[in-house]
Amino acid sequence: MLNWIAEQIVLYWSIFRYLIPAVPWTVLITITSFALALILGLIISIIRIWKIPVLSFLAGVYVNVIRGVPLLVHIFFIYFGLGKYLNFDRFTAGVLAVGICYSAYLAEIFRSGLEAISHGQYEAAMSLGMTRFQTLRYVVIPQSLRIVIPPSANEFIASLKDSSLVSIIGLRELTRAGREYYSQFFTDFQTWIMVGALYLIMTLTLTRVVKYLERLFAVKGFGSRTT
Amino acid sequence: MITVKNMTRRFGTMAAVDEVSFDVDRGEVVVIIGPSGSGKSTLLRCLNALEEIDGGEIIIDDFIIDKRHKDIHQIRLEVGMVFQQFNLFPHLTVIENVMLAQRVVRKRSKAEARNKGMTLLAQVGLTDKIDAFPAELSGGQKQRVAIARALAMDPKIMLFDEVTSALDPEMIGEVLEVMKMLAAGGMTMMVVTHEIGFAREMADRVLFMEAGKIIESGIPSQLFDNPRQQRTRDFLGKVL
Repeated sequence: MLNWIAEQIVLYWSIFRYLIPAVPWTVLITITSFALALILGLIISIIRIWKIPVLSFLAGVYVNVIRGVPLLVHIFFIYFGLGKYLNFDRFTAGVLAVGICYSAYLAEIFRSGLEAISHGQYEAAMSLGMTRFQTLRYVVIPQSLRIVIPPSANEFIASLKDSSLVSIIGLRELTRAGREYYSQFFTDFQTWIMVGALYLIMTLTLTRVVKYLERLFAVKGFGSRTT
Repeated sequence: MITVKNMTRRFGTMAAVDEVSFDVDRGEVVVIIGPSGSGKSTLLRCLNALEEIDGGEIIIDDFIIDKRHKDIHQIRLEVGMVFQQFNLFPHLTVIENVMLAQRVVRKRSKAEARNKGMTLLAQVGLTDKIDAFPAELSGGQKQRVAIARALAMDPKIMLFDEVTSALDPEMIGEVLEVMKMLAAGGMTMMVVTHEIGFAREMADRVLFMEAGKIIESGIPSQLFDNPRQQRTRDFLGKVL
């Protein structure tokens, strides 16, 4: 029995050592694609709330098309489909796919956050001579942040997990490394336990960070309707 | 100072403001009264380009707003506005509320904007509240911050849109006091209000509006005590 436990510990340790170099890739893919998603999502949500002719309509189409297609299909389309003409490397294709997919979800979150700010806030800012951009930058976005942070953070955690899908195009992140290990040593059970545990450690850590951010953006007495 | 010629603002087929013309001189305090839905607020909002006009023109100082000229940014620098619902920025403290537009629109330095803000907040009696957030203030205090915020931009004209209507009765006085102080200081003001007492005391001229038109205009004593139009009499009979 003791012998078996010792064997198991050695086995998990060797899996852990094999997987650990792939973790930074998972982190890198997640952060890069989420940064892309944040920028695209913000631009698209602003285009949608500003009701710019044609552009706003196209932004709506973008959101609905992207959201309606599975991430795996995005990955295949960008890497194999577009890749046929544009020759992306695996990393670029993976990041583009995850980033574009999540930009659509974030755009909807941002839009609801921006729309939650009362019309009176825009009027007050405009009556003080602020431009549309200044109003957005100094009045609307700061107030939307606290509305938008919790659901966006959930998307970030989801995108970390979804980054495992890019293993399918051979990008050597955590899930891919797991597949490599078990196809060499046939230790399916222990390998996937370890892969899962590493994802879990990352998502739990992020959950703590999010709680902290929420506290950071809370403002004394904020939340009353008539201000 | 302000010349309005045949100004019209339509919502669908209904003209909220219907071919209205009037002038306001420098330093004049003009109070607009009338039943709800008569177009008083819409008229005021047109003067600050918060509503587009569908016809006629507005000349403020040398700036023209009409269907073609829409130099609204310039106009808004000339005209300050205070709203019924305060519309303070809830994520900023009192002093930050007063400083923001000074910084980003007037491009004043932080120290300059702060100084100006402190002076104005002292004038409206809120020196002890500069670091409070709007949600920590009473309605009357919020409205005084809103007035200071508008004044910080050095407007030549101040518009007040039912600024005491959302206040508890005991707080109306403190806001009216600030407005009286401004009027006494020579500010050009247009005030939409239901406070007949304020109109009687402070207005140089009172406009009575109904159904998008100015029905009658006159000095307070004449309009309130001796209205010429039957419709004015009917309205005053209900509110006085």
